[in-house]
Amino acid sequence: MSVVFEKELPTLTNDEVKRYSRHLIMPEVGVDGQRKLKAGSVLCIGAGGLGSPAAMYLAAAGVGRIGLIDFDVVDFSNLQRQIIHGTPDVGRSKLDSARDRLRAINPHVELETYEAALSSENALKLFEPYDVILDGTDNFPTRYLTNDACVLLGKPNAYGSIFRFEGQASVFATKDGPCYRCLYPEPPPPGLVPSCAEGGVLGVLPGVIGVIQATEAIKLITGIGEPLIGRFLIYDALRMRFRELKLKKDPDCPVCGTHPTVTRLIDYEQFCGIVPAAKEQTPVSVQANNTEITSVELKQRLDRGDKLTLVDVREPNEYQINRIPGTTLIPLGEIERRLSELNPDDEIVVHCKMGGRSAKAADILRSKGFKHVLNLKGGILDWIDKVDPTQPKY
Amino acid sequence: MATKILIPTPLRPYTDKKDAVEADGATVGELLADLTQKHSGLRNHLFNEHGKLRSFVNIYLNDEDIRYLQKEQTPVGAGDTISIIPSVAGGAS
Repeated sequence: MSVVFEKELPTLTNDEVKRYSRHLIMPEVGVDGQRKLKAGSVLCIGAGGLGSPAAMYLAAAGVGRIGLIDFDVVDFSNLQRQIIHGTPDVGRSKLDSARDRLRAINPHVELETYEAALSSENALKLFEPYDVILDGTDNFPTRYLTNDACVLLGKPNAYGSIFRFEGQASVFATKDGPCYRCLYPEPPPPGLVPSCAEGGVLGVLPGVIGVIQATEAIKLITGIGEPLIGRFLIYDALRMRFRELKLKKDPDCPVCGTHPTVTRLIDYEQFCGIVPAAKEQTPVSVQANNTEITSVELKQRLDRGDKLTLVDVREPNEYQINRIPGTTLIPLGEIERRLSELNPDDEIVVHCKMGGRSAKAADILRSKGFKHVLNLKGGILDWIDKVDPTQPKY
Repeated sequence: MATKILIPTPLRPYTDKKDAVEADGATVGELLADLTQKHSGLRNHLFNEHGKLRSFVNIYLNDEDIRYLQKEQTPVGAGDTISIIPSVAGGAS
């Protein structure tokens, strides 16, 4: 059944009939389906990798009202996959850039933009006026927030997620279908799962997954076909293989189960184990004195001739882009196996791109009896900023 | 009897970048024990400190979630495939 079944369907203008003729001549969509699309609305959370292609196709297809939530600015490193933005848009707000592009694609579509971070305070109000929510976020707190808000409001969630060359898609939070929490009741602790910024992503991947999300949104609005409910689609771009796994609605689900314990939006940062910066300050700075080194301090100590063993825990392809002179490459995943290459009594400085992976490497080394391990704060990016600006950043 | 285990992208650094590996065992639990024996870096990603499967990692026998079968006691037969499906958050940035 269409999500817009209760609405009075608008008529199509002559211009719209011409524009949507390839939809109109298909019996599965037809004039009525196109009118449902015109009556329908989709809110895209994020105008990034997934939101870009999704919003462009939704606009082209004639979804009557499209909302976009984002608070970011277009960066050069976005352009490899966020095709709604172009080179001249670098430095502009993503919403301004996306609005111009969508308007150029289809001026008949009503656009609403929200320059904000989605939060427990604003989510229900933002979601309320939309028929379908399209989750294109990049972090766990917002994913759980989006899921819970969709369940509480009874709005379907066209879900997509990507990592490197693998993507996931499903439709959550329909009346009888499972929600994201049925699949994953709890998020991973911070740091255990790398983000796209750390792990990279094949530029075409969000195109595939975002368009699957848009396809599902269009099917939900027109009420055609078989929606991706209770099914989890996994796409591996390298093997060019789609797999489908069964998803069940969990009767014990804390938010959509028979006896829900989550009946209003909660603190999702806390739920995902992210400690607010203010509370974190004291213990971290105390600890930082013994376990971290800044790039300026490292440079001073190297210049002084201190005997330091530098270990780069990034991947070989990252090492090809830039490196600190004299460093030894041992990727994080290999460090436990290659301990014999290091001397536990030496003073060792580990580093990665930004400091996250090397913090894990430092923990591993300390647990194996290495006594003097320092983590380079801010990673090689900070080194390039403060010490060696001739090297490229990625 | 070796069973094929499909390794998701985020965990491939711990299986020498292989997207599928083999392990031995008559149940899902035995297979995972053998898998983490062979690839010790995986252990921390699949199990918590009490040896329980982490709640953000789902294990599938073919296309069924083992939580709705017999969990780690689920028997594994010839030709079955195990998939490890962790939660992934990427999308916008």
